[in-house]
Amino acid sequence: MADNSSSLLDRSRTVAGPGYNRWLVPPAALAIHLAIGQAYAFSVFNKPLGALISGDPAKPAPDDWTPLQIGITFSIAIVLLGLSAAIFGKWLERVGPRKAMLASSLCFGGGFLIASLGVHLHNIWLLYFGYGVVGGIGLGIGYISPVSTLIKWFPDRKGVATGMAIMGFGGGAMIGSPLANNLMTHFKGSAPMGVAPTFIVMGIIYLIFMQFGVWTIRVPADDWKPAGYVPSTEHNDMITTANVSADNAIKTPQFWMLWVVLLCNVTAGIGVLETASPLIQETFSDTAMGAGKGVTAAAAAGFVGLLSLFNLLGRFFWSSASDKLGRKVAYAIYFGLGTIMYALIPTLGHNLQLTLFVAVACVIISMYGGGFATAPAYLSDLFGKYQVGAIHGRLLTAWSTAGVLGPLIVHYLSDSRKAEGFSGAAAYQTVFYTMASLLVVGFISNILVHAVNERYYEKGPVTVEAGAH
Amino acid sequence: MNPQPNNSTPPATESGMGGSVVLAWLVVGLPLAWGVSQTFIKALALFK
Repeated sequence: MADNSSSLLDRSRTVAGPGYNRWLVPPAALAIHLAIGQAYAFSVFNKPLGALISGDPAKPAPDDWTPLQIGITFSIAIVLLGLSAAIFGKWLERVGPRKAMLASSLCFGGGFLIASLGVHLHNIWLLYFGYGVVGGIGLGIGYISPVSTLIKWFPDRKGVATGMAIMGFGGGAMIGSPLANNLMTHFKGSAPMGVAPTFIVMGIIYLIFMQFGVWTIRVPADDWKPAGYVPSTEHNDMITTANVSADNAIKTPQFWMLWVVLLCNVTAGIGVLETASPLIQETFSDTAMGAGKGVTAAAAAGFVGLLSLFNLLGRFFWSSASDKLGRKVAYAIYFGLGTIMYALIPTLGHNLQLTLFVAVACVIISMYGGGFATAPAYLSDLFGKYQVGAIHGRLLTAWSTAGVLGPLIVHYLSDSRKAEGFSGAAAYQTVFYTMASLLVVGFISNILVHAVNERYYEKGPVTVEAGAH
Repeated sequence: MNPQPNNSTPPATESGMGGSVVLAWLVVGLPLAWGVSQTFIKALALFK
């Protein structure tokens, strides 16, 4: 696709002039990630969407959508996130972040509007198409849109920069959930469960909010570097000064080892996130703790909220720490420490050690977030910054895979144990031991990551335009 | 890409455009702070 117009959206029109402050770029990235992070709060719509006809989530009508039908919407969105990130990554590298962010905002906001029509007509296929397909494409393009730009602006602090943006994705759910609840309460009298108008308002709000990122983002000039920045001359096999194209990157074993690393990280994280509420209520029930001392549904919701906070903080903390520790060491910590902690959860539950149980779960989920946020910097270290956004996009197919497989594995294992008569922590024991085993796989995969063979390097200097073909 | 001498483009500063930077961080920081506070309030139920 030639890009010869002189539109304000063109990459050439987004090159920063002298004096531009690079600390304007993270807020631009955050504006996108805070919006699309709403996807992780989709579950807030589960009950209202399941009671559009009956009007009472406790008594759904026969024609109301089932939880499974509604849950498919999120799965489609996550699959489309990975696919669109993989497909549109090279396009993004060529046209620049502004055009990609605009496309993301139109898809994400537009997806809400189409979904609202689906809710209004009670047509689940329109909901799937709107929020799942169109919105999912917005998620994928939006997720990777600021990554390579941030890495180019912050060659000295890649982990900090990408950690800030990806932290926004975690924060997006914290905004999206109460926002949706407030809007549904407000519109409850004017539409079934208030969902359709809530979708319209949220679509418009996100579309406008994301424009802040679209019009603030700038790319650095090709020869730009931070004032006073002197690239380290110390030789480090794991940080290349060469460049590997996205097409070549997927031919390397390093890419697929990182794919396995992300797959294991996300699947294991889902093990905690999917089970958090029932796990803590069933493990620390009134029966186990004594009358009136068990964990209530409200407290369990508090536990889920606490995990969200640590997920958010972990994204920034661990990714920033990886700038000092090195990416390989950081992932070794996530998986090494994570394996021990996952294996500890059933024991802590069995011994009714609530405080330790909560603390361990928080550390686990912080490292899950860290695993997400450190990935772009790891890719940049291994493959260079030339097409790191596109490579990251392709890596995100691991997230899509885990997003579909993870819940299936978790529910299959816990349901099987419950069918065998186990309850409380024992019902989830297999889940956590399986996840700990997955982390061992991730640990080994990470250890096997070495420098990329020189035959995959681009020959000669690379430019953005060179990536267009 | 190998590091190149930077003679043609003046480096972006870290101190310039201070007002714009503060404003930009407020635009994203305020909604985030609201979301975090809502989640924190919810999380407090665990400690009651």
